[in-house]
Amino acid sequence: MRVWLPACILGGWTLLALGAYLLPLTPNLIHLEQILTPPGQGAWLGYDDLGRDIIPRLLVGAQTSLLVALWVVGLSSLLGTLIGTVSAYQGGLWDKVLVQLVDIFLAFPGILLAIALAGLLGAGIGNVIIALTTVGWVGYARLSRAQVLSLKHREHVMAAQALGSGKLRIMTRHLLPLMAAPLIIEATFGIAAVVIAEAGLSFLGLGVQPPEASWGAMIRDGTRYMLVAPHLVLAPGVAIFAVVVSVNLLGDRLRDILDSRTITNKDRNP
Amino acid sequence: MLTFIAQRLAGAVLVVTGVISIVFLLIHFIPGDPVEVMLGEAASSADREALRVTLGLDQPIMTQFLRYLDGLLHLDLGTSLYSRRPVTDLLQERLPATLILAAVTLCITLLLSVPLGVIAAVRRDSLWDTGAMTFSMLGVSIPNFWLGPLLILVFSLWLGWTPVSGREGFGSVLLPAFTLGTGLAAVLSRMVRSSMLEVLGEDYLRTARAKGLPTRRILLQHALRNALLPVITLIGLQLGALLAGAVITETVFSWPGVGLLTIEAIQSRDYPVVQACVLLISVSYVFINLLTDIAYAWADPRIRLGSGG
Repeated sequence: MRVWLPACILGGWTLLALGAYLLPLTPNLIHLEQILTPPGQGAWLGYDDLGRDIIPRLLVGAQTSLLVALWVVGLSSLLGTLIGTVSAYQGGLWDKVLVQLVDIFLAFPGILLAIALAGLLGAGIGNVIIALTTVGWVGYARLSRAQVLSLKHREHVMAAQALGSGKLRIMTRHLLPLMAAPLIIEATFGIAAVVIAEAGLSFLGLGVQPPEASWGAMIRDGTRYMLVAPHLVLAPGVAIFAVVVSVNLLGDRLRDILDSRTITNKDRNP
Repeated sequence: MLTFIAQRLAGAVLVVTGVISIVFLLIHFIPGDPVEVMLGEAASSADREALRVTLGLDQPIMTQFLRYLDGLLHLDLGTSLYSRRPVTDLLQERLPATLILAAVTLCITLLLSVPLGVIAAVRRDSLWDTGAMTFSMLGVSIPNFWLGPLLILVFSLWLGWTPVSGREGFGSVLLPAFTLGTGLAAVLSRMVRSSMLEVLGEDYLRTARAKGLPTRRILLQHALRNALLPVITLIGLQLGALLAGAVITETVFSWPGVGLLTIEAIQSRDYPVVQACVLLISVSYVFINLLTDIAYAWADPRIRLGSGG
């Protein structure tokens, strides 16, 4: 139950998002006579303020959030891990600069910097990805730096050095596999954060451009008609909430499995 | 202790300098010519030139930066392009609303999370515990911009208890504060729970129990006081998330604070105001963290002695 339900929800999200490419969807088709029609036969989730069917818009929204989540988490984990690992392994001046830079980026609370960047760059899915990656790499850099610092004096790394392995080989073959677990956990929770952040930017009008659909933009449009048509706000909200809860639940499970430290802690104080 | 404060202060100054540089550079991130973006394509070249001179964009970048720093030292954050008023005045107008919202949010958060966390820890693995942790999981996952409209739907539109939006009377602060506080309360109650669990296993609590102190006194005086120490740090860190969340929450409720000002400024392409808002929020965050660090070190000697104080 604790793994099945969230796994099914996430599987459904991915399938629907990918399926949206194959299905003959008409998310922007306007039925003037159906404006604000509540859920019922013919359209399970009803129509929005322009008379567009909500189901296909929800599917396209799933596509938007999945696309942004994969790009942002992929790019920032790659970039952050690369920067953090190299900097910690090399040490010296670059490492000091990196620590300062990370501190400065962390001084912008939450997605504030992303809001400002997305606002200045202008709306559009590409700019959302750029803005969220600019903010996102910092966490991975900090995490991988801390990992490398604690790992680089281990015996097997010294042995590899003594045997004459190159820096690249040590980093990729001897350090990275040991850092993978915490990074994977961080990336899993990162997906939830990015889904919320993308929807938040779209809610503020800084995400995808209309008529493109995004869950956040659907909530934003829906808030204007809440008294007459609450279903406009409910459907995309439930979608975001379900995905984020599922990612968080699976992330917790994953942490229990991968992170041996939490398990031993639990065993110690039963 | 003084050495500790001096060290932290030096670090904060460095970070603030970095923050100022990034905020200054933000305007240069705009693709193409920022002046053209601000004025639109229809503007005459004389207007463009005038704006360029007003913003100082005709100067070399180092000169611009030094000018910006000089302005900051005199609390001069420039003039709004939209309302033509000094940005400092705009911020002064909006700051009280945000401070009230933050204060009420913090109260709601503490009232929710501390009892929840304590009960969950004391009755570990009971229904209370499961309930509190489910609340925590849901609270972390629900986005502000959905919780806000839901609360408006239930409490303003269906029940009619609170105003829908804006800032009129005391009732109007409740929904935004609750929206903003839920996520924070969720994180905090988890932290209170695990910190309480750790403390409850300590020897001095066994001693307190052995000498026959009443349970309430053990929990409140011996356990909670020690358990709340690490929670202070988390509150400091989370206050930043609260400030950033205020941008979205204030927009949902049209709460006239600095967050709403940020979004209004972004929408009207009023760059000096955007820069000033981002700067204000981030610098307050740095100072909140500095104060938390100092408070923590003051409360727990292990910290300040550990870092060479």
